[in-house]
Amino acid sequence: MLKTFSLGGIHPEENKLSSDCEIEVLPLSPVVKVPISQHIGAPAQALVKKGDIVKTGQVIAKSSGFVSANIHSPVSGTVEKLEEVVDSSGYRRTAIIIKSEGDEWEEGIDRSPEIKREISAGKEEIIKRIAEAGIVGLGGATFPSHVKLLPPPGQKCELLIINGVECEPYLTGDHRLMLEKGEEVLIGVQLLMKALDVKRAIIGIENNKPDAIKHITNLSKDIEGISVQPLKVQYPQGGEKQLIEACIGRQVPSGKLPIEVGAVVYNVGTSYAIYEAIQKNKPLIERVVTITGKSVKKPGNYLTRIGTPVSDLIEAAGGLPEDTGKVISGGPMMGKALSTVDVPVAKGTSGVLIMPDKLSSRKPVQDCIRCAKCVSVCSMGLSPYLLMALSERAIWDSAEEEKVLDCIECGSCSYICPSSRPLLDYIRLGKSKVGQIVRSRTTQKQ
Amino acid sequence: MEKLIVSPSPHVHSGDSVKKNMYGVIIALLPALAASFWFFGLGALTVTLTSIAACLLFEHLIQVYLFKRPSTISDGSAIVTGLLLAMNLPSNLPLGIIIIGAAVAIGIGKMSFGGLGQNPFNPALVGRVFLLISFPAQMTSWPTPIISRTAYLDATTGATPLSVVKGGLISGTPLSELMAQIPSYKDMLIGTMGGSLGEVAAIALLLGLAYMLIKKIITWHIPVAVVGSVIILAGILHLADPEVYASPTFHVLSGGLLLGAFFMATDYSSSPMANKGMLIYGVGIGVLTVLIRTFGSYPEGVSFAILIMNSFTPLINKYIKPKRFGEKPAIQKAYKN
Repeated sequence: MLKTFSLGGIHPEENKLSSDCEIEVLPLSPVVKVPISQHIGAPAQALVKKGDIVKTGQVIAKSSGFVSANIHSPVSGTVEKLEEVVDSSGYRRTAIIIKSEGDEWEEGIDRSPEIKREISAGKEEIIKRIAEAGIVGLGGATFPSHVKLLPPPGQKCELLIINGVECEPYLTGDHRLMLEKGEEVLIGVQLLMKALDVKRAIIGIENNKPDAIKHITNLSKDIEGISVQPLKVQYPQGGEKQLIEACIGRQVPSGKLPIEVGAVVYNVGTSYAIYEAIQKNKPLIERVVTITGKSVKKPGNYLTRIGTPVSDLIEAAGGLPEDTGKVISGGPMMGKALSTVDVPVAKGTSGVLIMPDKLSSRKPVQDCIRCAKCVSVCSMGLSPYLLMALSERAIWDSAEEEKVLDCIECGSCSYICPSSRPLLDYIRLGKSKVGQIVRSRTTQKQ
Repeated sequence: MEKLIVSPSPHVHSGDSVKKNMYGVIIALLPALAASFWFFGLGALTVTLTSIAACLLFEHLIQVYLFKRPSTISDGSAIVTGLLLAMNLPSNLPLGIIIIGAAVAIGIGKMSFGGLGQNPFNPALVGRVFLLISFPAQMTSWPTPIISRTAYLDATTGATPLSVVKGGLISGTPLSELMAQIPSYKDMLIGTMGGSLGEVAAIALLLGLAYMLIKKIITWHIPVAVVGSVIILAGILHLADPEVYASPTFHVLSGGLLLGAFFMATDYSSSPMANKGMLIYGVGIGVLTVLIRTFGSYPEGVSFAILIMNSFTPLINKYIKPKRFGEKPAIQKAYKN
């Protein structure tokens, strides 16, 4: 019996069309648009202005708080301007537009392909350099990675969990990274173990990637403290809380963080970026992005510089298919539908999914038939039908009691509803309103 | 460039629909339907077709002419109600009575509350119980299986196992004697016993349950809770006095228990939403069924038990919530080396 989480879950079609496609380097784009907010927390503050010459890897925006991150130039060239561009959220956000000229890198960055195995950095240095390199969670949440390495006083990390699950259908970037850069990922894991001062790390990988499980198990068998945990293919296995429960059987309490059960979770892509940051002195300026879709001519996984327009990836995959309905940043369950293909790739862009138009439209909404399927698939044990009904009627105090804030927005409820009810849409509304109410309550207390 | 569709996630859907679930239930009922045709022949066909047609007609008329909304009969739920109502009727029930039953089931049991998803009671049972009280003679004359195949209104009738046992116990006959008078358990499994269309063939009903579970139309909680609690309560009573209290096997195979546990109690709208709630509801039905059958004056108790527990569903939904993730506070130390 494979380990998995205890409540709910669904199994959508996996569609891992690009799982056998080796990572290719995407050619540089003539113009990149680097948003100053690619992470959870305060946006970074731009350090450059129009006309400045920048080198690849140079800091161009600085972290502006504890929960914030540095941003580095993904190309070398001239800063054209600072302008608001539409990002994957659909909103206009400030971005640094750079005209790419050549590819001259900052001094000190080690570009050689050899794997540097020896870890010489100490705990404090590792944390400092992760912060300097602008590393954020590459699983999609984009939480500044160094913040998790500094648990609040009184809480100690006992275990590091590495998320190699990649439970979203279609996405294969993490899979390829584990296969092709397995050693580097493991060095990143060891760096994290040192930074957190833990002796044990578990790497969770979903069972639909047997080659990755075998490869990483092989590579890690001589490394003390690291083990691989194959997991049942069940969405959302890669959700932080579900992953922790599947690996160690403990549930993160409602409203609390994983450190509450002594665990810290990092994505495999983030581990790789940390390897590069510490061992190669390279800041986060590029990431593996999967370009995929049933009508896409050439699905693949591309090492892409931040700021590259999504249209470049689409071109590399054979162009935008005739029957395109949606272009999604991310996977089909939690990704964001883009309004334009000019949206730049950001640190959190794990994939670009082209959805054919006949699969892109929602079905007409019918009345709730009270089949309770949404309740049975909710991995947080909530009652989506009730949360939607409460949000529709703006009964926010009951929504709060029903723990609407616990929702991880995985989308399983909307996926399964036979009446095609927009459950998650209303739950998001509920979360937003109840969140505002809760925040104003704490500020009132002060 | 053509416009892109922008809508919130998720961007895929399971493909499940109300229709799929309703037609799934219909397919699950096909073995029992086939059994009813085999055992009760022409009568079964007549009752089934009439019930379904009447339910469809009433739902369509009410929806379109009274509510002035598009007809909903294509979602299949009226067919399910018609089928389940028929399954609860004797195969020699006159047409007029069937039509009245359908009108009550659909009109009062379903549409008066707002249609699919709003009914607090199982509509087919509302119809059945109304008929039982209004036409007690016709509703309790049960054609004998196989002999009555070619007959409809003039079918030969006889007693059902439940009525034999009830009547016998009231007159003081010990159970062991009564058991000899009713069909064997093998016959009750296959369906060679008197009763309504749908309640006779246990094997056919079990096949239907398996189909619904595999297709994820229902979960195991309600059927298991109902049958399980019947077995336990009947078992306790039978152990206490085997000559007065019928065995669990008898209770499970006789009457409408399996039909009720699998198809009637599991009606979406009138049953609880959380697994724990479903178990409590199922146990309530099982206990009430045994109590009514044993200590009440009706030989059959499933329909009443279900309707009574239906009325508790809103209360159960309010107080019994699903098990939540992260409810219990966790202690700090997560992992022991």
